[in-house]
Amino acid sequence: MSETLHKVGVEVNGKPREGHVPARLSLVDWLRDELRLTGTHVGCEHGVCGACSVMLDGEPVRSCLMYTVQANGHRITTVEGLAQPDGSMSALQDAFCETHGLQCGYCTPGMLIAAQGLLDSNPDPTEEQIRDAIGGNLCRCTGYQQIVEAVRLAAERMKK
Amino acid sequence: MSAFRYIGTKRRTKEDPRFVSGQGRYVADVALPGMKHVALVASPHASARIVSIDTKAALAAPGVLYVLAGDEFCAGTDSLVTGVDAPKLTRFALAKDVVRYAGEWVAAVVADSRALAEDAAELVEVEYEPLPHVIDPEKAMEPGAPLVHPAHGSNVILHKRFVWGPVEEAFANAEHKLAFRATWGRSATVPIETFGVAAQWNPGTEILDVWASIQMPKYPDQVAKALRLPGNGVRVHYDVDVGGSYGVKRGLKHTVLVGYLAKRLGHPVRFIEDRLENMRGGDMQGPDRFFDMQVAFDSDGTIRAWKIRAVDDVGAYAGRAPFQLGKPITAICGPYQIPAVEYDATSVLTNKTPQEAVRGFGQSPTNFAMERCVDRVAGFLKMDRIELRRKNLIRKDQFPYTIPSGSSYDSGDYHAVLDKALAAVDYPALVRARDEARKAGRLAGIGISTCLEPSGGNSAFEVLLNPKNETTTWMDSCLVRVDLAGSVTGVMNTSSAGQGHESLVSTVIGEILERDPAGVRVVRADSLTALPSNSPVGSRMAIMLGGAAAGAAKKIKETLVAIAAHNFECSPEDLEYRDGNVSLKGAPEKRLTWDQLVEIAHRKFHRMPPGMEPGLQAKFVWEVPTGGGLPTPDGRIQMYPCYSFEAHVVYVEIDPDTGKPRLSKYVCGHDCGVMINPDIVHGMTYGGIAHGIGATLYEKFSYTEDGQLAAGTFMDYLLPSAMEVPPLAIVDHCTPSPLTTFGQKGSGEAGYLGAPAAIAGAVNDALSPLSAAIEALPMSHLAIWNAIQPKRAA
Repeated sequence: MSETLHKVGVEVNGKPREGHVPARLSLVDWLRDELRLTGTHVGCEHGVCGACSVMLDGEPVRSCLMYTVQANGHRITTVEGLAQPDGSMSALQDAFCETHGLQCGYCTPGMLIAAQGLLDSNPDPTEEQIRDAIGGNLCRCTGYQQIVEAVRLAAERMKK
Repeated sequence: MSAFRYIGTKRRTKEDPRFVSGQGRYVADVALPGMKHVALVASPHASARIVSIDTKAALAAPGVLYVLAGDEFCAGTDSLVTGVDAPKLTRFALAKDVVRYAGEWVAAVVADSRALAEDAAELVEVEYEPLPHVIDPEKAMEPGAPLVHPAHGSNVILHKRFVWGPVEEAFANAEHKLAFRATWGRSATVPIETFGVAAQWNPGTEILDVWASIQMPKYPDQVAKALRLPGNGVRVHYDVDVGGSYGVKRGLKHTVLVGYLAKRLGHPVRFIEDRLENMRGGDMQGPDRFFDMQVAFDSDGTIRAWKIRAVDDVGAYAGRAPFQLGKPITAICGPYQIPAVEYDATSVLTNKTPQEAVRGFGQSPTNFAMERCVDRVAGFLKMDRIELRRKNLIRKDQFPYTIPSGSSYDSGDYHAVLDKALAAVDYPALVRARDEARKAGRLAGIGISTCLEPSGGNSAFEVLLNPKNETTTWMDSCLVRVDLAGSVTGVMNTSSAGQGHESLVSTVIGEILERDPAGVRVVRADSLTALPSNSPVGSRMAIMLGGAAAGAAKKIKETLVAIAAHNFECSPEDLEYRDGNVSLKGAPEKRLTWDQLVEIAHRKFHRMPPGMEPGLQAKFVWEVPTGGGLPTPDGRIQMYPCYSFEAHVVYVEIDPDTGKPRLSKYVCGHDCGVMINPDIVHGMTYGGIAHGIGATLYEKFSYTEDGQLAAGTFMDYLLPSAMEVPPLAIVDHCTPSPLTTFGQKGSGEAGYLGAPAAIAGAVNDALSPLSAAIEALPMSHLAIWNAIQPKRAA
C-alpha cells in the first residue's frame, strides 16, 4: 500500500518548485530531503526550538509544524535564500560573522530567519525587541549575547 | 603592545561564513545512494524481562528491509567498554533478555525512509514481564535493593575514598564545623542537533565508513572493537560539522548498531535520533549527584579542611560517566588554600537512562557544592562572602601551587580577577539596589562565585579510579603542509562542535610562520589518515591542538631556515626569518623569499641540505604538559596542567507569588591566560553561563516513581531562551600559563563552571531574609515557591 501523493507548487527562494508529496510530509522534510536545501535544520520536531524556521510569505514559521501541502501556492524563503542577489552575504549574515553570533551553526539558519523577520518589519529594534523576536529560537552555544549584538549591528549598518 | 601579531586580535572565524549561508554539513545532510533509515522500538518499562518479540507485522509493512533485535545483535557484536573496574557489566545498543531503563532500545527497524521505519516500529510486538526497579540512588545502595546488573553483585560500580592531608586533625582542632547536603539535578547540555550517524560498508575494501555527530575520544577504536573489525576496518570522517555537543555526543552504541546494520544489510544506513529518542535513550544525561559536605573552619574565616562525600546516580549502564567523579580531584579544594581534603566518591547504578559526559566532566557540580560551602561558612560567621573568599583564595605569589590531591595549579591572580568583576558590576551600587529592593518588600539577592576550570584534559582520572587502566598519554597532534604554490594547510584530526578549531589552527600557524591566517586552510583527516588525537574534551584544544599546530609550524620554519642556510653556506643562527622570507642578518639583500624556499623544498633536491626530506610538511604530536605520571600509593597525581579562573557576580529578584527568579546584572571576570581568539572565548563563556542558568533554574530529567522519564520534550525539559538569559558581561584578565606555547589555557567549559554556584548563591541570598534556603538544583519556580510559602505564611 503506497501513500496517496498530492501535487504542490511552492515558490522557494524565488524559484517555482513542484512536488508530489504524501499529506503527512512535513515542510522541513520536503525542503531538506526532496529539494536538498539542507540549510534548514531539524531540532525538536515539536515546534519549540525554532531551528527549522523558514519564511512563509515573509513571516517566520516553524517548518516542522507545517505540512508541505499547506505551503501549496505560498512563498518560502530558507537560509539559502537570504543572500543578496549577487550571492554575497546579506547585512544580517555578515553581522553574525562580525560579532561571532554563532558557534556550532545548528540554530543559526533559524536565528537568521527570525532576526530577518524582525528587521523586515522593524528596522531599528531595541535590545528587548530583539530578544523577543528570537525568544522562540533556542541556542545552546552562545547565551544569545553575540546574536543580539549581531542583530543590533545589522540594524545599525542598514540604517546607513 | 601585544607580543603577538594575530593571536588575541579581533579576527573573524573560518567557520562562520559556511554556517550563516546554510552550507554547513551535518550528519543529517549526509545522503548516500540507496541509504536506509532506522527507527527504534524502546522499552516502556524501567526494568523487565523480555518474554517475546514478534516482528512479523513490522517486516510485512511497506518499505521495511529488516528488523533487528538483541539476540542477533549481541551475538554478532562485543560489549562496549565500561571505564571503571566492573568487568561483569555489559552494554549493548539493543537489550537482550532484560531491559534496565524505560527508553532502552529493544529492536531496530530498517526501512526505505524514516517515516516508514517509524510506522513499522509501531507494529513490533514485545511482551514484557515487569521486574522490580530502583530509581533512588540511596535506596539502590541498600541491602536487598533490586540489582540493575545482578552479575556485578551490587549497584555500586565505583567507590573510592581519599584522604589528602591531616583532615581529622583539622576537624578536631577547628573552632567551627558545618555540615549540609547539596544536590545537583540530572541535566545535560542538550544540543539542538540530536545525535546521528550514517555508515556504509564496502565489501570490496572491507572498510566501514562512518559519518557521525561525534565528540568521543578513542571512538573509531571502540567502534571497530565492538564490531569485531580490525582498527583499520573503520574509517570515521571528521569533516562532519557537529551541531553542538558540550561533552554529550558520545554515540558509541548508536554507531555500533548502525555499523552492524550497514554491514549486515549491504546498504548504507543512517540513524538520526528524534528528540524523544535523544532525551530518553540517547544516553546523554549528565551528572545526577548529591554532596554531603562537611567543613572545618576558624572564627577568622580560615577554612582548614573539608570532607566531600559525592554519590552519583549513573543510570543503568556506564561508559566513561563514572570518571566524572574523578576529574574534580584535580581541583578538589577549588581556588582556595585548603590544606586537607577528604573525598569519598560513589557511582551507583539505577534504572534510569545511562549518564554520559557533560561539559566540565563533573567539575561544575563539584564547584557548586564547594561554593555553597563557602557561602554557608560566611553565613555562619556573619562574615562578608567576598571577604571570606579573599582570605582563602590562593595568592598570586603562591603559584605554582600544589593542592592536597597532588595537582599543581600553574598560575593565576584570583584576587585581581574578583576585584575586576566587582568593579565592573559596581558592587557597592549593586548592594544598595538589593537593599532598597528588600526595603520595598521585594526578594532580591546577589550571588558570588569564584571557581576554577581545569584545562588541557589528560584523562589522569582513569589511572586513579581504575587500577587496571594505565592510560598516561592523551596526546593531540597536527600536520602542517605547504604546497608548491606556497599555500599553507593545517590538518586536524577530530571533528568540532562549534569550538572554532579551524580558526584556532589557522591563527596559530599564521602566528608562527608570520603568514596571514586568512590564507591558511584547515582540513580534517579521517580516522585512517589521522595522526593520534583525543577529541576536543576537557577544555584541551587551545592548549593541545594549538600547541601541536604551533609545534608543526615551527618545524616548517626551521626547515625553511635550514634550506636558506645551506644555500647561503652559513649557519641558521646567521639568518633572520621574517614573513616567510629568510635573509642574512645585516645583509637583507641576501634573501630567499617564501616562494623560492618552497620551490626548493618541492622541486630542487640539489639545493636542499643533505638528508632533508623533500616536500614541505611537518607533523607534531604532543603529550599533555605535566602529563604522563601514575598516582602515588596515597592517591595523589598531577592531573590537568592548566587552571583558568572565573569570578561571577549576579543579581536576582524573585517574584514571591510565583517563585519566578529574574536575573538582571551578570558579570563574569575571566582569566584563561592568553586568548587565541577573544570572540570565540567570549562566546563559549556566554554560552557556558547560559548552560549554568539552565542547570540552576530550569533543566531536569525528572523521573516518575515508575521510572518513566517525565521530561522527554522541550515542553517539560526547559531550555533558557533569550528571555531567560540576561545581558552578560565578561571582564578579561590574563595570567599566562607557563606550561603552554603562547601562555594559553582552556576555556571550553568557561562560564558553566561558575554560573550555577553564583546563581544558587543569589537565590539563597534573596531567600535569606525569610530564613529560607534551597540546596538542590534545579531551583525551579515551584521549588522556590515551595521554599517561600511556609515562611510567608508564618
